[in-house]
Amino acid sequence: MRIVVCIKQVPDTAEVRINPETNTLVRDGVPSIINPYDLHAIEAALQIKEKLGDVTVTALTMGPPQAEDALREAISMGVDEALLLTDRAFAGSDTLATSYTLSRAIQKIGFDLVICGKQAIDGDTAQVGPEMAEFLNIPHIAYVKAIEEISTQGIRVQRLMEEGYDIVEAPLPVLLTVVREINEPRLPSLKGKMRAKKAEIKKLTHTDIDAEEDKLGLTGSPTAVKNIFAPEARKDRKMFSGSPAEQVAALVEELKNLKCL
Amino acid sequence: MDYFLTEEQQMIRDLARQIAEEKVVPVRAELDEKEEFPTEIMKVLAQSDMFGIFIPEEYGGLGMGAMELCLAVEELSRACLGVSTSYAANALGTYPLLLFGTEEQKKKYLPDIAAGNKFVAFALTEANAGSDAAGIQTTATKDGDYYILNGTKQWITNAGEADIYTVIAITDRSKGARGASAFVVEKGTPGFSFGKKEKKMGIRASVTRELIFEDCRIPKENLIGREGMGFIVAMRTLDQSRIGVGAQGVGVAQGAYEEAVKFARQRVQFGKPVISFQAVQHMLADMATEIEAARALVYSVARYIDSGAKDISKASAMAKVFATDVAMKVTTNAVQVMGGSGYMREYPVEKMMRDAKILQIYEGTNQIQRNVIGQAIIKEAAKMKA
Repeated sequence: MRIVVCIKQVPDTAEVRINPETNTLVRDGVPSIINPYDLHAIEAALQIKEKLGDVTVTALTMGPPQAEDALREAISMGVDEALLLTDRAFAGSDTLATSYTLSRAIQKIGFDLVICGKQAIDGDTAQVGPEMAEFLNIPHIAYVKAIEEISTQGIRVQRLMEEGYDIVEAPLPVLLTVVREINEPRLPSLKGKMRAKKAEIKKLTHTDIDAEEDKLGLTGSPTAVKNIFAPEARKDRKMFSGSPAEQVAALVEELKNLKCL
Repeated sequence: MDYFLTEEQQMIRDLARQIAEEKVVPVRAELDEKEEFPTEIMKVLAQSDMFGIFIPEEYGGLGMGAMELCLAVEELSRACLGVSTSYAANALGTYPLLLFGTEEQKKKYLPDIAAGNKFVAFALTEANAGSDAAGIQTTATKDGDYYILNGTKQWITNAGEADIYTVIAITDRSKGARGASAFVVEKGTPGFSFGKKEKKMGIRASVTRELIFEDCRIPKENLIGREGMGFIVAMRTLDQSRIGVGAQGVGVAQGAYEEAVKFARQRVQFGKPVISFQAVQHMLADMATEIEAARALVYSVARYIDSGAKDISKASAMAKVFATDVAMKVTTNAVQVMGGSGYMREYPVEKMMRDAKILQIYEGTNQIQRNVIGQAIIKEAAKMKA
C-alpha cells in the first residue's frame, strides 16, 4: 500500500507579526514549521504503516526550495521518502492551482490513500484536500478524528461533526483530511534525524508531472487578492468593570442612555 | 560557552531538550506529587532512540559514548531528575552486559534495550552493603546447569519496572571480594519478586524497591563474565556510569539557575527587580560560574572515557563529586534567591533541591568518591618515588 501525505511548510504563526504599512506578513526571522495539522496526517500514516506492515509512506509538498527542511523533518519522524514540487511555474498558486499541481504529482507517484491535515494555519482555507480528491476523481472524508479500521480494500473512520461524529466507510483509494483529535504526533527519532540528514529529497518540476501549464501558478489561479487590511480598531468603546452583577447593571444603564432599551 | 559539539551531539542535545520541555516539564510536578513512574515519557524516549545512544550499532544502537549519553542525561535532568534517574539507571544496568557480556548475552539483550522494548536495573546495594560493597549477603549457589539465588537487594532504582536485572551475588564466601559474581536475571523468573516501593524525599518519579530472591533458579549462561569477577564488573560499571551522575548534577543545577534568574527579573522589591541588587547578582554569578566549571569537567571526563582510557576511576569520581556538590549548592541557592516563592511547590526549585540531594548519595556517596580520588593520589605519588 502506498500512502501519500501532503504537508505544507508554514510560518510559525505563534510568532507572526503584520507590517501595518503594507498589511503583509513580516516573514523575516519567523521560523518555518510543518503545518501542525499535517503532523497529525504524518502520524496517522505512520500508525497505518506500523499496523499493516507493507506500506510505503511518501511525504509530498509544494513550495520554495527551503521547503526541503519540512520534508527532512517528516523523514526524521519516519516517512519513507519525500518529494518536493518546486518550480517558478508554481509561484502564485491559489488553492485550485495548488490542488491541481499536487494531484498531478500524486497521480504520478501512485497511491492507495492520501492523507492531509484539515487545513493550513496560514491560509486556513481547508480547500486543498477536498479539491485534490476531485482532481484525482476519488472520494474524500474530511475532519477525520479516528481511523476505526483499515485494510487494503477500504477504510472506516470517524468524522468529527459539530455535535458528535459520523462513522464513514469508503473503499480505497480515498483521501482523508485529519483533525488534531486523531492522534498525538510523535517526536523525531535520532536514527530518523540521521537518516533525514543524508536523505535525498527528489525535486519535481511541472514537466515531471505532465501538468497543463495554464492550470499552474498565477495563470491557473482564479482567486485574486484585491486588498489585505487589518480591521481598524474602533475607538468608541467602553469597558465595564466590577462584579458580573455590577457590570450588567452598568451595561443596562448605558443601553438605556443610548435609548437602546 | 561553546563546547564544540559535533553535529550529531547537537542533534542529541536538541532532541533531548525538546522531549524534556514538551513531555517532561508539563508533568513533572504531578509525577513528583503522585510518586508515579514516567511510563509515557519512557515510551517517548524509546521511540526517539534515546535508549540506544551508547549501545553499539551492531546491536541496534547508535554506537556513541559517554559524552552523548551525558548530553541526553543533562537535558532530561534540567527538567526532572526523577525522570532522568529512571533513564540513566537503565544505562547503569546495561553496562555489565556491554562491558563483560558474552556475544550470546549481548545478542539476546542489547537490541531490545537499545530499542527501549526492555528496561534494565542494576542491583548491588543491600541492607548491610552500601558504601561497603563487600558486605553483600545475597548468594548464588551453583547447582548443575543453574545458579540458585537467595537474598534481598535494597534501594534498587527501576525495580519492578525493569525487565532485566544485573545482580551482584556471592558465589564463594571464602574468597571475600573475589567471591562475588554478576548475573543477569529476568523479571518473571520463579523465586524473584519485589519488595515495597520506597517513599523518598526526592526523585519521586523514579521507583525504588527491593529485589527478593528466594531459591531463584537461573541458567548458568546468565553469569556475566567469570565467577569471581562480580566486584570488577560492579566497579568498572560504576566507573563508566558515574559520569552520568555528574551530568545529572549539571542539568538540575542549570534548571534551578534558570528558574532563579527568571524569577529575579520579575520579582520587584524596594521598587526594583531583585536581580538589580548586588546580593542577588553575586549569588547568580557564583551559580553560573560553578555550573560552567562543572559542565566543563563533566564533558572533559566524558571525552576522556570515550577516548578508551583505562584509568578513569579518579577522573570520573572527580566529575561526580564536583558536579553533584555544585548541584546541591546551586539548587539550594536557587530556593534562596526566590525566597518564600522558592520554598513553595508552586515553583519547581524546591523539588529540584530535594531531588539534587540524592546525587551526593547514590552511585557511591561523595565521601566514597573522595576515597577513590585519595587512593588514586596515593598510588600516583608512590609511582613517582620522589
